[in-house]
Amino acid sequence: MAHSALTARALTRDFRGFRAVDAVDLEVADGSVHALVGPNGAGKTTLFNLLTGFLTPTAGRIEVGGRDITGLAPEKIARLGVARSFQITSLFGQLTCREHVELALAGDLGWKFWRSDKLLHRHRDQAMSLLDQVGLAEHAESTADSLAYGRKRALELALALALDPKVLLLDEPTAGMGVEDVDRTVDLIGRVRDGRTVVMVEHNMSVVGALADQVTVLQAGKVLVEGAYAQVRDDERVISAYLGEAHVAD
Amino acid sequence: MTTDVLPEVGRPARARAKRFARPALLAAGLIVAVWLPNGIYTGLAVDLLCWALFAVSVDLLLGYAGLLSFGHAAYWGSSAYATGLLAVHLGLPFPLAVLGGALTAALIAIPVGFLAVKRVGIYFAMVTLAFAQMIYFIANEWRSVTGGENGMQSVPRTLGSADLSDNYYFYYAALPIVLGGLWLAWRIVHSPFGRVLVAIRDNPARARALGYPVHRYKLAAFVLSAFVAGLGGGLFALAHQFVSLDTLHWTTSGKAVIMVVLGGIGTLWGALFGSSFVVVLEDSLSQADFASPGLLTGGIFVLAVLLFRRGLWGSVAAFFRRR
Repeated sequence: MAHSALTARALTRDFRGFRAVDAVDLEVADGSVHALVGPNGAGKTTLFNLLTGFLTPTAGRIEVGGRDITGLAPEKIARLGVARSFQITSLFGQLTCREHVELALAGDLGWKFWRSDKLLHRHRDQAMSLLDQVGLAEHAESTADSLAYGRKRALELALALALDPKVLLLDEPTAGMGVEDVDRTVDLIGRVRDGRTVVMVEHNMSVVGALADQVTVLQAGKVLVEGAYAQVRDDERVISAYLGEAHVAD
Repeated sequence: MTTDVLPEVGRPARARAKRFARPALLAAGLIVAVWLPNGIYTGLAVDLLCWALFAVSVDLLLGYAGLLSFGHAAYWGSSAYATGLLAVHLGLPFPLAVLGGALTAALIAIPVGFLAVKRVGIYFAMVTLAFAQMIYFIANEWRSVTGGENGMQSVPRTLGSADLSDNYYFYYAALPIVLGGLWLAWRIVHSPFGRVLVAIRDNPARARALGYPVHRYKLAAFVLSAFVAGLGGGLFALAHQFVSLDTLHWTTSGKAVIMVVLGGIGTLWGALFGSSFVVVLEDSLSQADFASPGLLTGGIFVLAVLLFRRGLWGSVAAFFRRR
């Protein structure tokens, strides 16, 4: 088996007696695209928040590239090369797209209170090339507030990519997108996965089918099934828990 | 200096429109600052300078970091006392005494800020208030150093052989320090650090996901703000050659917040405008022997908040931008 980029062992999170994530073991192979699927309330987003430090686990352990990151603050985990996007689009309303990406690229430049903010322009070229990658080049000077939904999602992705992460965690990257935007996003993820490990929560099964090497199905906070997409898709437990429903909807 | 309700960063189209407005505004401000003690009585002119720094320091936190400090008198007042002590006991030239006072304020802000930035919203305000009250009571009890309720009397202000006993000359001696403090605030707002602060204000979780240690940034902003407040407080002590316990009182913190809200949150010009408005109003009310000036300033404050959501300055700026 390939070296593991991200590992969770017996990861558990309680909310006032409700166990949202229940002893989840997760092994994400280095360089793979790993999808987390499951019905609403299965604990996917909670798991994401645990992996990125936004929630502290009640029990269990998380490792990135063999290093224990359990209980680290989100910004520390981000600096260790684990970047995430947010399910609910989460941006800085008044900044332009370019300024968003420049900020993501700035890192420790951010401390320089005695310098002009023009200093951030040194990242302009890199920011523009990232915006170009996600198809936002012509919207570089638009504020995030003024963008259409699909474009906001694309900016989310550009921000995560700006950190040049080893592990990229995408929380429903295609949620609420039209068909065209979905195709473009699948294409984009397919391109940026080179040299990275991608973990994504995704409801759209055609997206999962197109991208994922490995699929983990969660139900009620537990791992229901794990395996390759074709194998998981045909699993009876999965069909009854989730895919059946989705296929009907499709 | 930005004239928006919430600071915007580098909008090119708008920046072009502002290319002439900004320098014109700055030039007008400087002319007023240089002319001021010739137009109004000098004691009032010096007070305007001090309060301008204080209001700007509160706005730095409230407007740009989204943190409402309800205990900023702690830094204004502790710097006033430290400046007074340095001037009385060491006979330092006044700029050094003020610098020492402001550094003392910044030093005190480190532990307070460390604890306060872990809270948000009203809880942050309460933590800052609690520590400010603590410092107030320490100053009240520590009579041998602070003079307790009598305050600290006859604080000297010296600068080499210059005679600064007249407020007219002290005003011009203090002006560079005030402009320096205002420049520092402006620099912070328009720096990479300021950009990160605004990002943190708008979306802290996102800022963390981008690798920014939100608490440490807020702490740095808190300490810098305390330093600017301290510059104002130190000058205030020298201006009156007296430090009273009032400089640490919670109503002093409240007054600074009122100035910022009245003028317009998140615009440095607004803080300048708001502080000048309140200081001049209170002065003219007390000159007129008005029985309870608080009633009138409070009433104006309530009206302004109800009618001008962006503050007085913010509303004027928005009006001109729309045209």
